[in-house]
Amino acid sequence: MANRLSAFFFRNPKLVTLLLLSLPLAYMVVVYLGSLFALLINSFYYLEEFTGLVVKEFTLSTYGQLLKPANLGIFGRTAGMALAVTIMDAIIAFPLAYYIAKFASPRLRTYLYIAVTLPLWSSYIVRVYAWKLILSKEGIVSWFVDLLHLNFALDWVLSLPGIGGSSLSLSPIGMFIAFCYIWLPYMIVPIQTALERVPKSLLEASSDLGATPAQTLRTVILPLAFPGVVAGSIFTFSLTLGDFIVPQSLGNSRFFIGQAVYSYQGTAGNIPLAAAFTMGPIVIMIAYLLIARKLGAFDAL
Amino acid sequence: MHSKPDKASWGLTLGAIGGLLFLHFPMFVIFLYSFTTDEATYSFPLPGFTTKWFGVAMGRQDLWDALMLSLQVASVATLAALVLGTLAAAAVYRSDFFGRDAISFLLVLPIALPGIVTGIALRSAIGSMEIPFSFWTIIIGHATFCVVVVYNNVLARFRRMSGTQIEASMDLGANSFQTFRYVVLPNIGTALLAGGMLAFALSFDEVIVTTFTAGQQSTLPIWIFSQLVRPRDRPVTNVVATIVILITFLPIFFAQKISAESSETEGGSK
Repeated sequence: MANRLSAFFFRNPKLVTLLLLSLPLAYMVVVYLGSLFALLINSFYYLEEFTGLVVKEFTLSTYGQLLKPANLGIFGRTAGMALAVTIMDAIIAFPLAYYIAKFASPRLRTYLYIAVTLPLWSSYIVRVYAWKLILSKEGIVSWFVDLLHLNFALDWVLSLPGIGGSSLSLSPIGMFIAFCYIWLPYMIVPIQTALERVPKSLLEASSDLGATPAQTLRTVILPLAFPGVVAGSIFTFSLTLGDFIVPQSLGNSRFFIGQAVYSYQGTAGNIPLAAAFTMGPIVIMIAYLLIARKLGAFDAL
Repeated sequence: MHSKPDKASWGLTLGAIGGLLFLHFPMFVIFLYSFTTDEATYSFPLPGFTTKWFGVAMGRQDLWDALMLSLQVASVATLAALVLGTLAAAAVYRSDFFGRDAISFLLVLPIALPGIVTGIALRSAIGSMEIPFSFWTIIIGHATFCVVVVYNNVLARFRRMSGTQIEASMDLGANSFQTFRYVVLPNIGTALLAGGMLAFALSFDEVIVTTFTAGQQSTLPIWIFSQLVRPRDRPVTNVVATIVILITFLPIFFAQKISAESSETEGGSK
């Protein structure tokens, strides 16, 4: 029986592929794409203000609500934060990625690679929590600033409108630091991958032709690292865009996209508006992915 | 000659060390704080050291319930991811069918899009179909993003495995099932282990999608999140955070070591 079945499989390789694929594909299409579709449908419903019930009728009014100044502010604020985090992460990630790709011995490289990717898989919520401890008014950063007698500088930064707050953990600066920290590995790995593909001979050639290390860095290494930066930015940008844990735990009371989605679907029960809000990041990310593919970022993943 | 290519400048080394410290220092802080005697604030330097909070945490039934739920969810989600991910990887590896890239894309989507998208999408689907929140609604959510982890690991291994082994096995008279059991499975064993452990860690830690699919149920990360928003049991939270780090550290470490080592042997054979 088993033999006959396997002979049958051998003669019909396409069928086998189809059989193998059917279960995972069915799951992803039905559950995942199906849910995304439900999300899309929901964004065209609306919430009846008086009854607090969702009315299942086609309308664009829910999307219309997104255009209110307060909601546009949420989009702007979130995208600005995502951009700032992406740039900062690229700056922090580069030296480490470059070191791992080009200077570490194979043994060290394995361990550095593990050190970089370990936080990627380890508890996200715990890593956010760590910053609540570190940035709190009586926490480590305040203690360290006090030790250096730099309180005036910290107070000055916290007094800045827009990014300041009563303490680091209650200010957008605190959120920014936590975001940079949380998504940093996503930036390091693609840059490292991109740089590993740069042959050493290319760097030697640059140096032999009289370029200073700074020139080599600027004209050879950075352009070749760029697809890696773009690949990394897909994650840092997208993840910042949709996060609600960090703004909910740190920062002030001004909303970010993720928080808006979270609170509208929660106590307010306004799933249509939450769904419409989610379309923002989805559209931005799809555009971003298409541009990134043009820039060759997927090869660096 | 301006620089020796094999030696990093001290500026670069310093930048690299700085990056590493930034990545790992916060974990150390949590570890430290789980021993603090301070109950009301996060004051540093710690006023004193105690291990009593570990005992207090052990006595909390709500924490045990949350831990158990998280472990069960992670186990079942991992199992689902192992089956679905391996099947998808096998199908994609076997043949060059139309839409192969689309499948990879579909599988990556749940981790490439922000978690909140998956979360609210499942939430609206659950809402539309009026399914009550349960253990299984959490699983459904977790499986969507765990599949890709197994898929990536197994597919990478398939691509390194030489197809001639399978042909040899068939030529020597083994049927498909025997070939799978004695040739394919031993080859992909460690990839399954690595993918499975990562999927487990991913599911065990997940909070964003879970918030939308759990209803009133509380997994360990959800418990921590509620403490983040409204801190009530600060010292106990520190202990729980430390325990979560410890539980996921070993699986992740070994999974990473397996994939790092197998990609190195690949580099060596080239």
